[in-house]
Amino acid sequence: MAYTERIDGRKFDELRPMEAKAGVIPNADGSALVKAGKTTAYAAVYGPRELFPRFKQNPKTGIVRCHYGMMPFSGSGERIRPGNSRRSQEIAMVMEKSLNAMIDLSAFPNAVVDIYVDLPQTDAGTRCAAISAASIALADAGIPMKDMISSVAVGEVDGTVVADLSYDEEAYDAIVSDIPVAMTHNTKEITLLQMDGEISKENLMKALEMAKVGTETVYELQMKALKDKFSRSD
Amino acid sequence: MISNKETISVLAKEGKRLDGRGLLDYRQPIQLETGISWTAEGSAKVQIGETVVMAGVKLSLEKPYNDTPDQGGIMINAELLPLSSPEYESGPPGIKAIELARVTDRGIREAKAIDMKKLCVTPGEKAWFVIIDIVTINDAGNLFDAASLAALTALKAAKFPEVDPETGAINYKKKTDQGLPLLKEPLAVTVYKINGQLLVDPTTQEEHAYDARLTVASDDKGTISAMQKGGEMPLTIEEVGKMVDIALDKAKFLRTEVEKVVN
Amino acid sequence: MSNILKNEREVVIPGEALAEGMDYLPGDNTYREGDKIFSKVLGLVGVAGRVMKITPLSGPYLPTTGDKIIAKVFDITMSGWRFKTNTAYSAMMNVKDASSRFIKRDEDLSKILAIGDYAVVTITKVTSQNLIDLTMKEPGLHQVSGGRLVKINSQKVPRIIGKQGSMISLIKDKTGCNITVGQNGIVWIKGDSDKELLAEKAVKMIEARSHEEGLTSKMEKFLTGGAQ
Repeated sequence: MAYTERIDGRKFDELRPMEAKAGVIPNADGSALVKAGKTTAYAAVYGPRELFPRFKQNPKTGIVRCHYGMMPFSGSGERIRPGNSRRSQEIAMVMEKSLNAMIDLSAFPNAVVDIYVDLPQTDAGTRCAAISAASIALADAGIPMKDMISSVAVGEVDGTVVADLSYDEEAYDAIVSDIPVAMTHNTKEITLLQMDGEISKENLMKALEMAKVGTETVYELQMKALKDKFSRSD
Repeated sequence: MISNKETISVLAKEGKRLDGRGLLDYRQPIQLETGISWTAEGSAKVQIGETVVMAGVKLSLEKPYNDTPDQGGIMINAELLPLSSPEYESGPPGIKAIELARVTDRGIREAKAIDMKKLCVTPGEKAWFVIIDIVTINDAGNLFDAASLAALTALKAAKFPEVDPETGAINYKKKTDQGLPLLKEPLAVTVYKINGQLLVDPTTQEEHAYDARLTVASDDKGTISAMQKGGEMPLTIEEVGKMVDIALDKAKFLRTEVEKVVN
Repeated sequence: MSNILKNEREVVIPGEALAEGMDYLPGDNTYREGDKIFSKVLGLVGVAGRVMKITPLSGPYLPTTGDKIIAKVFDITMSGWRFKTNTAYSAMMNVKDASSRFIKRDEDLSKILAIGDYAVVTITKVTSQNLIDLTMKEPGLHQVSGGRLVKINSQKVPRIIGKQGSMISLIKDKTGCNITVGQNGIVWIKGDSDKELLAEKAVKMIEARSHEEGLTSKMEKFLTGGAQ
């Protein structure tokens, strides 16, 4: 274990300072803003609404469609050319699968619920912030869900298991593994799991336990964001 | 789904609007914020009423164009994000995004707002290129004015990144405290005509009920740098004159809002 | 041992546990897993005897037979009109359901309702695929003309109307406006333009504060104070 102190001084299981707000985009049926450290994600939900092209319609249930985009000025280096990169498409797809596990659109045959997430600035943990924001936006839109989905990335930096890696940790000059995880709250089941890098099974299991705790922290913030909309009474 | 076109037109004739504003009143709040994106070399978020727009400036070192070997370049791009309105879909920019980008671009480029020669590092070889990307967060009308405000504020807030003197590589993670060489500060104001009356800062519903519009970009000396007429109906010369007067007056007002966040 | 875990009118998010034990039953917008009942939506807890239910604070409108809605014509066919309903589903109105007077075969339907027109209509049928049939034949149903249309969340409609219409009557009295509330979340307000604006603000305020207690008296204060 050579990584004894984190670059930004956090404890190994400590998440970056996080903020979450619901209902930030008035035009949308539901929306949210999530900040995790220097990664910021806006999420907006539109629907259930009419689905085109028709052949995609499902007569048994509504479907969910996720879209993920990084704004051109949101990368830590050069400008990102606008357009749907392969990375964006893959992230949108795993987001969809992750959220779909809990969504119930059986009352809306042939319809679609569109979820859009766009990021003005990024510092790793982008798909995690995106999923957490999308989950708040879905609840804000009144979409029926069995549970909230909360997401955080865990992993290992030079032998040390850590939670919520920053970009500098992902790019650290040693053996690193980056594991985005999304979990339900009640049953702590995993709906998103990806990994790249190198890790032993023992550390992987340790990392997943850390994810269990980390996603709880995210859940508390998501709940607060939604309930704060209704706390006012005079 | 909702248009209220007829009522908007009838009210306009009486000098009234659906939300009770005066014809020449901007919505409240008007809020500008800089530094909303640490990855951009300069960034701004603008809110006018419920319309929210963001702009980010990215700088890069490129070979100058052949016909201007001693100058840098500027490009303005706009994206109407689907998250900002039920009207927008994913995909390449449609004509509305293209018009927004090009009108905002002309306002800044034709004003010669940036001293292009000062962007040159090595003539014929290397110069700074400035790209401003405007994105919509909530489109509740009047994107033209919000985009112009956001672009100008982001430009004023932008700082050059550090360049390694030996390799010439840009270190985007470290900013110098040197800003862009701005000569002028152009702002665009769009004036709308509905049922013979002129108004500013339209809501989305008003944007679907107008006869004609004129976007006028001007600098703080009142010099006009770009114009764009839109809408199906014609304008008289007299109307154009009145609209320009309104635009120049409102630009002055909006400029004080910019001064609040960047000097 | 059965237990209620939340208070009446408490705000809950999807997945929050409302009650445990088999004595309680899952009502609207809830589900049972194991011996616990959970919320399915963001909303207010309601306890009715042994039934736990959630009143959503937001959410889409589910077309229901008998509901009065405000819809927009987007197409005219040989047999009638097609409407947008502010949902994922379009609606159809047959010529024979448009009016109690006899409509001739070659009559120009756009003279009755043109594309872009709005109408106050009633849902007569909803299929399993959520296709909707409408009628405009009953009293109180007709084209929208003049005034303004306002869009609110359809879940707030009961609050806008109030118990036995108490809230909507209050707004009508204080503003002198005619107000028609569509169950699909579209509200039509017609009166003096200043009063229309006051009524619109009142409707929007109720929408934003629907979770608060004593809303009717708060709205009375707001409406009596007039508006600047």
